[in-house]
Amino acid sequence: MSDNEQQARFEQIVLPHLDAAYNLARWLAGNDHDAEDIAQEACMRAFRFVSGCRNRDGRAWLLTIVRNTAFSWLKKNRPRSMVSIDDDEFAEIEDQNGAAGSFHNADKNALRTALESLPLEFREALVLRELEGLSYKEIAEVAEVPVGTVMSRLARARRQLQSALTQKEKV
Amino acid sequence: MNCSESRELLHAHADDELDVANSLDLERHITTCTACAVERQAVQSLKTALRQSSLHYQAPDSLRKEILRMARAESGGARPPLFQSLRLWKSLAFGATAFALLAMLIRPGVSERDHVLEEAVSSHVRSLMADHLTDVASSDQHTVKPWFNGKLDFAPNVNDFAAEGFPLVGGRLDYLDGRAIAALVYRRHKHLINVFVWPAANAAREKSEERLRGYSIINREAKGLRYCLVSDLNQQELTELAGLLER
Repeated sequence: MSDNEQQARFEQIVLPHLDAAYNLARWLAGNDHDAEDIAQEACMRAFRFVSGCRNRDGRAWLLTIVRNTAFSWLKKNRPRSMVSIDDDEFAEIEDQNGAAGSFHNADKNALRTALESLPLEFREALVLRELEGLSYKEIAEVAEVPVGTVMSRLARARRQLQSALTQKEKV
Repeated sequence: MNCSESRELLHAHADDELDVANSLDLERHITTCTACAVERQAVQSLKTALRQSSLHYQAPDSLRKEILRMARAESGGARPPLFQSLRLWKSLAFGATAFALLAMLIRPGVSERDHVLEEAVSSHVRSLMADHLTDVASSDQHTVKPWFNGKLDFAPNVNDFAAEGFPLVGGRLDYLDGRAIAALVYRRHKHLINVFVWPAANAAREKSEERLRGYSIINREAKGLRYCLVSDLNQQELTELAGLLER
């Protein structure tokens, strides 16, 4: 692939999804500065490997690179934030009157804080699903887990988010 | 369905990722269980809140510019500044649109067909994932075939091929390409095979073999019915089953 072709593919496949890439990096990293570093590094990797992307729509492909870049970055710079969740853990059944509630009026800051407080993998699953609108299949591709794991992560993530939001209301 | 199952599946349902039969089961459970109905409401309202609260971050302009600059530097730099040329951008965008339109006009049905394959593979994966392989579990073709009566607007042929090494596991109602269809499940050693069956749309006889996301897919048409076989089984053995179905 010539330089020209490579550049054209980069424009077509990667650039349209820069916002998505930055959004994921920002939610994983937790601040603007680190998110920019991660997104930039991921885009440069995407540039180098763009000839290997077979899909016409590069969003999930690019997000996979962002995800891997972010996780290596976090491992190196913030090892303590990398407490992994246990996917095999039997999904905890919340008490029957537990976290249910209405969130129509939840304000943006409360939602942001609650989402930021979730474990990395849960935050990632929710961001990809609710903010990027990825299908379970695409999330499975990006996070490199089976589709069944995506389903249970989303269920557990929403449960934690609900209880974080309702606890906040009670305080 | 009990509450513990429902609490997990209602998320997949809210995300439109649950198969038809599980969705029906879930709806049924929710009409009788207030706690789960309340939980579903809560999940819906949480989803709405997340979507409407504009939590999506946008890439800063400085980042966009920096990435363009670095990409240009990587690919030589001496050539005209491709990224900055707005006219070139516009002509590229126009060209891409024109090409896409042309592609659609010249080969109608191609992307539609890919879409069906994609859906068939997803359905196959979901049937294994949600532990919902069959609605009617039986190796007896005389049990499976009548089960579809009244559920579909066509009658699929159901045969057990145990003697040929493909025992029938059961049948399931599924949804593909916007219509209710029959899914027949066969087994080959430890591999499960989903055979999706629906009435053939046109006279052109569909016959193809392909691979998608690591799965083998075979398309066949016989006696006015369209068969789409999906499995992690190797292509050769899957072709054997296709041959049996076509008989």
